[in-house]
Amino acid sequence: MNDAVLRIRDLKTCFDTRDGMVTAVDGVSLSLGRGECLGVVGESGSGKSVTFASVMGLVKKPGFIAKGSINFEGRELVGLDPKNYRKLRGKEIAMTMQDAQTALNPAYTVSNQIIEVLLAHDETLSGSRKAQRRQARQQALEMLQLVGIPSAETRLDDYPHQFSGGMRQRVMIAIALACKPKLLIADEPTTALDVTIQAQVLELIADIRDKLGMSVILITHDLGVVAEYCDNVVVMYAGQVVENGPTGAVIATPQHPYTQGLLRSIPRLSDLSRRIEPIKGTVPELIDLPDQCRFMDRCTRAQASCRDLIAMQDCGAGRQVRCIAPGLAGGSDV
Amino acid sequence: MSVGKFIERLLQLIPVLLGVSIIVFVMMLFTPGDPVAIMLGDQHVTEELENALRHDMGLDLPPHQRFFKFLSNALTLDFGLSYYHRQPVWDVIASRLPATIELSLAALVFALVVSIPLGVLAAVHKNSLLDRIATVTSLFGVSLPGFWFGILLIIFFAVNMHWLPVAGRAGFESEVAPITHLLLVDSLLRGRIDAFWDALRHLILPTITLGLPMASILTRVTRASMLDVLNRDYITFAEAKGLSKTKILIKHALKNALIPTVTVAAIETGSLLGGNMVVETVFGWPGLGRLVVESIFVRNYPLIQAAVLFYAVTYVMLNFFADILYTMLNPRVKL
Amino acid sequence: MTTVTHWTGDAGTAKSETLFQRNMKLFASNRLSIFFLFITLGFVFMAVAAPLIAPHDPSDADLFRRLLPPAWMEGGDWSFPLGCDALGRDILSRIIYGSRVSIFIGATVILVATTIGVLAGLAAGYLRGWVDIVISRLVDILLGFPYLIFAIALIAMTGPGLQNIVLALAYKEWVIPCRVVRGETLATSGVEYVEAARAMGASRSDIMLREILPNILSPVLVVSTVRMAHVIILEASLSFLGLGVQPPMASWGSMVADGRSFMLQEWWLSTFPGLAILLLVLSINVVSQGLRDAFDPRFHD
Repeated sequence: MNDAVLRIRDLKTCFDTRDGMVTAVDGVSLSLGRGECLGVVGESGSGKSVTFASVMGLVKKPGFIAKGSINFEGRELVGLDPKNYRKLRGKEIAMTMQDAQTALNPAYTVSNQIIEVLLAHDETLSGSRKAQRRQARQQALEMLQLVGIPSAETRLDDYPHQFSGGMRQRVMIAIALACKPKLLIADEPTTALDVTIQAQVLELIADIRDKLGMSVILITHDLGVVAEYCDNVVVMYAGQVVENGPTGAVIATPQHPYTQGLLRSIPRLSDLSRRIEPIKGTVPELIDLPDQCRFMDRCTRAQASCRDLIAMQDCGAGRQVRCIAPGLAGGSDV
Repeated sequence: MSVGKFIERLLQLIPVLLGVSIIVFVMMLFTPGDPVAIMLGDQHVTEELENALRHDMGLDLPPHQRFFKFLSNALTLDFGLSYYHRQPVWDVIASRLPATIELSLAALVFALVVSIPLGVLAAVHKNSLLDRIATVTSLFGVSLPGFWFGILLIIFFAVNMHWLPVAGRAGFESEVAPITHLLLVDSLLRGRIDAFWDALRHLILPTITLGLPMASILTRVTRASMLDVLNRDYITFAEAKGLSKTKILIKHALKNALIPTVTVAAIETGSLLGGNMVVETVFGWPGLGRLVVESIFVRNYPLIQAAVLFYAVTYVMLNFFADILYTMLNPRVKL
Repeated sequence: MTTVTHWTGDAGTAKSETLFQRNMKLFASNRLSIFFLFITLGFVFMAVAAPLIAPHDPSDADLFRRLLPPAWMEGGDWSFPLGCDALGRDILSRIIYGSRVSIFIGATVILVATTIGVLAGLAAGYLRGWVDIVISRLVDILLGFPYLIFAIALIAMTGPGLQNIVLALAYKEWVIPCRVVRGETLATSGVEYVEAARAMGASRSDIMLREILPNILSPVLVVSTVRMAHVIILEASLSFLGLGVQPPMASWGSMVADGRSFMLQEWWLSTFPGLAILLLVLSINVVSQGLRDAFDPRFHD
């Protein structure tokens, strides 16, 4: 694990709200190797977005990182001063957001929004301001071509609203990748898109990942996407990691009842007769949760000892699971 | 925005302007008293002369012909004679206009300069002491009756402290040869610092009185839209790009947040025109507003009608420019 | 069919009432707004009960009391707590009677304007077509006039007086609720329960009055309170300019104007009526702000 690009240890991120302390992320640990694509799966409210907002240093008041460590390329990010954090963001760690329509500033052209990242970070730009702008504009054009915007030259000075949904998403990816980051955090990159365009965007990310040799974190609630594109997967539930491991193994033989439930709730073309079973119940409120299995109330296999503190345990082949009775009901029926 | 769309918008003004002139004309029809009798006052003349006058003024025509005459006259700024001033109505209005324009512009600048930073800071530091002060101040700002607030300012700053003049525009008026007729500008252009200072001192209190309600409204609008914008995804995305705080605030937040502010400001500039009747009366400001108020008491109806039409046309044009400005600032809106 | 219509009508109303009630509860929990609501109601009481609570006849002049200072100042008299004006009339009594003018005009103008504006806005927004075109054009044209100048021009033609002021202000005031209601109606008329009522054959006036109207009450209430504050200032401004109610009737704006020439020495003549305007208008504005906060779904989280 020495070549890990990102290593999160026991991260705890809380929000001090009027109704009490909300622990959105509770003891999350994960690591990501160079060039690896890691899928992070969970329902909304599972803490997956807050985990990576913590990595980006973008947890807003009243939220704060209560404890834990985020190590990026050997550097500790928790407690990093804002100035150095800023130099990191957009340059070494980049992020794309769910919906490009709202993530792009409607008031500026796309070239403007790409160029500003380059001007903020790219040290290879030289000469006068004007010369720098010209070079940055050239790079912006190359980025738009890289993400596959047709006739990019003519579209540089268009506004975001003049692009179609899929093209906008590409523009956002171009902005995120402008400085050739080492790590891309893609937060629900396909949720806002039509099914046909989803695959194109994911292929694009995979393609660029190979070209630039960067690591990718794919935040999603769609296990199908993970199965297709990710080397490893982390399943989150109610602020905790409940299962992780190589994607193929986790999907073939899910150990945690929540992962099993997630898999059962996906419709399959290959087996239309199989009934889709939604997981009953909802994610618990994250205020003052007791130290017990958080999935207990929704679990069909809950037992008395689930009320104890449940830790992650190894279950072979680089896999871990947070369950005292893992594997039962196996993956055979999935 | 394309030229075609601009012209289309411009054409849409025509029915509104036409409607406005119809209303002013109808007001004129229902004005009490016979215009000829009012014009003649105490003079006794023969009936023939009176009829000749009536014919001259077009009063013997049927209403629709009178309206077209009124309209074509208005287009050439011919609003008849102000018997009270013994001058053409438009000349009287034009002579009072610079004072009103100067005061309105000053109030507009005051309102913008106060409200934009205050609204932005209040939003950025939401729930802070500054935010609360801004909220309470703007609440008072829209609740203060201008005529009373002006009097209080005069009592305190002019009468008690002797810091500023009690009323009037400036003592140097006749001494600075006019260029733009705006004293602040002319005195600077002529290099007359003393006159500039004098004009400025006369302007301060009326400007605050006139500009305060607008400043309050704009502070609220700016604060609300800034709060809205700061919660947008593109601000988070800009942060994720590693841009500096100032850059995010000024480039990404402010430009979008100011769209409603600028629009409301342009519309509220029209309200400044309405408010200057009161403020000019309180401060003895020799502008159009005071002229209108004076004209009511001497029943100078032609002047009132011309002024109402003038105010309305200006107001419609301001709203038109607010629209255009909104479109220019906001590339998403297609006309 | 009538029973079905009746049923959907009730369902729509009941649903909106709960929302309206919820909003009202939220409003009631805002202590600041409630405090200022009581101040506003205090002014209303003052206006209604003026003859009972005013210590003197507001028109009772006595030159011996001319420019009598407030009670706590030297030469003051506690039977004239806020002093007397240039004609020796009791300022407190004149302020109490003056509230009648402000509140009567404020309430009447808003009542008339809201009724007309709501009906016109509903018609324009729901019926669309030529009705909408005519109403919207009229609104555009009236919006072309700055408020005060329009009122002043009308009063210059008709002469001052209580009734003329109400008319002069209401002529333009209805435009504001009309625009709000038209917009809300446009947004509401596509909503499911309206569609459902239409599908079941409810008449157009039924849909407008029973389905849409209850659902747009909240914005109408917010607009009418904030506009009432504005109308009260406008009336005071007209009175200040000498175009309001005529002497000897007391109004706050004209009291400020009368006291103007004495402001250097006898400051109390202008100060107290001005304070009364400020306090009433401020109270209504705070109440309106509280309503807006309670009604705005963005504040509900």
